[in-house]
Amino acid sequence: MQTIDTPFGVVEADPTALELGEILVTEDGVEIEVVGLDPLKFEEAPQEDEDWGE
Amino acid sequence: MSTTLTKPTPRIAVVYDRLRPEERMLFESFEQEGVAFDQLYAPHIAVDFSNGEPWSKYDVVIERCVSQTRGLELSRIFEAFGATVINRPSVIEVCGDKLATNAALARDNVPTPRTGVAFEVDAVLKLCEDFGYPIVMKPVVGSWGRMVSKLSDRDAVEAVLEHKEVLGGPQHKVFYIQEFVKKPGRDIRAFVVGDEVIAAIYRTSEHWITNTARGGVATNCPLYDELVNVSLGAAKAVGGGVVAVDLVESERGLLVVEVNHTMEFRNSVTTTGVDIPARVVRYAASLIVPN
Repeated sequence: MQTIDTPFGVVEADPTALELGEILVTEDGVEIEVVGLDPLKFEEAPQEDEDWGE
Repeated sequence: MSTTLTKPTPRIAVVYDRLRPEERMLFESFEQEGVAFDQLYAPHIAVDFSNGEPWSKYDVVIERCVSQTRGLELSRIFEAFGATVINRPSVIEVCGDKLATNAALARDNVPTPRTGVAFEVDAVLKLCEDFGYPIVMKPVVGSWGRMVSKLSDRDAVEAVLEHKEVLGGPQHKVFYIQEFVKKPGRDIRAFVVGDEVIAAIYRTSEHWITNTARGGVATNCPLYDELVNVSLGAAKAVGGGVVAVDLVESERGLLVVEVNHTMEFRNSVTTTGVDIPARVVRYAASLIVPN
């Protein structure tokens, strides 16, 4: 595990095990989504949308 | 003489956006089953229809997007490039619209709660009076029990209709109602893979909405003839594939409430003892076109 400093806050994660679409939660409770692996890139995770679901 | 081992070229892809527990479980099952596959992260996909080469190499694509809109479009794209998509766009179109689902179920005589639709306030009020209160009003497009209302009288119906008229888009002007079925504090979800009902759960809640996404508790539901037959009938009516059929127990027997085309099963593998993702992977592998 490593400490990763993202624009949205700090997360603890193994950067080699991250996957696209994975949701992480920063120390401040912000949900961020992995949107790039090389280089690592994060975006604030979208909240539930009207067309989400099964 | 040395032999060089090369990994087989994946003939199956899983296209997804949000990596939920279900997608992780599917990926693990592919590894465990020894089936080569590609993970396609939907937000990174850019399709040039004049060059299908990157997409036409797949025999089978499992569509697992949390966004139904995105999932439907991707399903159309991969089907156009020759893949068998789980689920096919026609199945998503039907399952993604409760009215279309009901039409398909009615066509095939699959039992459902009494259901009606109207497009104008006076007409839906008349329908509600005819059904008797309480009634359940649902958006035709929506999941996880969102915006589903149990309405006890005409005043409540009028209040919701006013909100829909003022705030909603065109789809919210399709007034879809169902009889309120007195169920025993639970409903049933049956998991259908191809031509087989592989498992089922009870979803129990003190709230009348029993979705596990809304806090319903899952327990194993043993399969029995009526459950299997009605579930298979519902799956066939919407076009088959891999679907979850939601049913309620009533005095008239089992009634199908909805059919889900991107089923969630995170709470159901341990509960049922059935390795649902492995069954999906085996089904997908069975659809690979022989060389």
